Amino acid sequence: MIYPIKSYQKTFIVLSISLVLIFILNVSLGSVFIPFKQTLLALLNENTQNDAWKTIILNYRLPKAITAILVGSGLSISGLLMQTLFRNPLAGPFVLGISSGASLGVAILILGASFIGVNNTAFAYTNWGLAIAASLGAFLVLSAVLLAAIKVRNTMSILIIGLMFGSLTAAVISVLAYFSSASQLQQYLFWSFGSLGNLTWHEITTFFVIFLIGLLLVVFIIKPLNSLLLGENYAKSLGVNIKLTRNITLIATSLLTGVITAFSGPIAFIGLAVPHLTKLLFKTSNHKTLIPAVAISGAIIMLICDSIAQLPNSEYTLPINAITSLFGAPIIIWLLIRKRKIY
Amino acid sequence: MKNTQNHIIKTTNLSIGYTSKKHQKIIASNLNITLEEGNLVCLLGENGIGKSTLLRTLTKVQPAINGTIFINQINLNEISNLNLSKQLSVVLTEKLPESSLTVFELVALGRQPYTNWVGQLNAKDIEIVEMALKETNTKQLAQAKYYQLSDGQLQKVLIARALAQNTAIIVLDEPTAHLDIHHTIETFTLLKKLAKEFGKTILISTHEINLALQLADQLWLMTPQKFVTGKTNDLIENNQLNTLFNSDLIHFNKKLKQFTILNS
Repeated sequence: MIYPIKSYQKTFIVLSISLVLIFILNVSLGSVFIPFKQTLLALLNENTQNDAWKTIILNYRLPKAITAILVGSGLSISGLLMQTLFRNPLAGPFVLGISSGASLGVAILILGASFIGVNNTAFAYTNWGLAIAASLGAFLVLSAVLLAAIKVRNTMSILIIGLMFGSLTAAVISVLAYFSSASQLQQYLFWSFGSLGNLTWHEITTFFVIFLIGLLLVVFIIKPLNSLLLGENYAKSLGVNIKLTRNITLIATSLLTGVITAFSGPIAFIGLAVPHLTKLLFKTSNHKTLIPAVAISGAIIMLICDSIAQLPNSEYTLPINAITSLFGAPIIIWLLIRKRKIY
Repeated sequence: MKNTQNHIIKTTNLSIGYTSKKHQKIIASNLNITLEEGNLVCLLGENGIGKSTLLRTLTKVQPAINGTIFINQINLNEISNLNLSKQLSVVLTEKLPESSLTVFELVALGRQPYTNWVGQLNAKDIEIVEMALKETNTKQLAQAKYYQLSDGQLQKVLIARALAQNTAIIVLDEPTAHLDIHHTIETFTLLKKLAKEFGKTILISTHEINLALQLADQLWLMTPQKFVTGKTNDLIENNQLNTLFNSDLIHFNKKLKQFTILNS
């Protein structure tokens, strides 16, 4: 008898179809009403009744939808990696201090201006300005956490060190905020809300390339991550190089969350919650199934959140961070109460 | 039976313990131990004497302070982790982290040293996993999640995992610590069967002295003063067991082949 090593083909097909449908729906919704048929025509690069519609779809909504997919899947994969590595269901993609570092970078760029008396508002408003500040900040704090990680043997300590760095940067940001003007504060606040829009195709290409490098690293640690499900000592007895696995996991997570935070701000909730939702759906711990599964689920959930955030046919766009938590948190609570076991 | 001179594990002047920056805590020193292929060996000693430390050192989880360990005549320090994983498997006391692994998946992880870079199981791997489940009498549990198992079932599954790893040596740290007498005996007879029928060399640390006396081919006795190894019957004859516990409460009864309470 051959044991059916359960394949999740059907679930994957359903999820993939949902992803395509939600993607099209997401692109068809927005502040300007565009008939559904015209949306499809624009996506197929055909001429639309109104030239402006095609421009809106191809240069505004399509990049935003692609960003949502990259952000959703990248954060979800990172969250899964951290939860397995730290054997802690509360771990998320930002435990390594990436979001606190990025926040610090942006806070220094926007709020710190008054300290040095330079008017850098023009630069701070550009995507690249924010992305560079966020990357630098994330890189510095992450390096500090990773340096500490090399020193400590205990994987759990890295988790706590990451949290401590988070507290430190939050404190520095508070001090900066205290001395800032209302308009600067508002600008910083807007960044911290997260944003999927406004990326040019050029920026998306950069985003995508770094994302792919991170993803490639993840593929190589699927096998050792599975053995880590038994704990570090068993994994070691199976011939796994624990240190190497740990370092590749940390680097992959840094690349994915780093590039996401640089371009879209600190997007909350997704990285923590999507792995749990996916595990409820797939009921497996095997990373060969889970990694593609969380990637697709994360993309779907991010697209849904974005569709809600842009409030169809209105001029307002709600902060994406508010939506992810506002709609996501109750779902997780409800699922936990209903299902109890969550790994 | 194979050549009894074949020492599958051998140590020379081994010292075990822990080193930190300032201190060196030596738990046992000058150990010259040999372990013969196909034997079931029980490591006995009171709590805190260093049984786990010895097993951790022999399985390369922690480094030796001094001396050398040979596995199949090769210095343990020169064996890569991957190579060692094909010669030696372990069953640990630590609790498994939470996950939703099925029994089949858990046992199949024992095939990791042999599978490709994504851990794909081929027909031969599946065959070996099924054999391991069958030999440990856990086949009917294959599709259950491991957290649904009782302690006794889980222990058998962990032994199945070690068996699937297809190693000549299996080292178990107190495999029956949480089990009732029925499951304890079941586990010991299973291990005896693996030694006898599969020629596995099995090293167990345990407090089940009476079972160890009945089933073990060889005993390792660990006391603060000395480390004694030998065939079970020889050790009984030489009154070595009486020195195992430094206690006025119990003594070893040669006739009954077990420890009894001393009447004062």
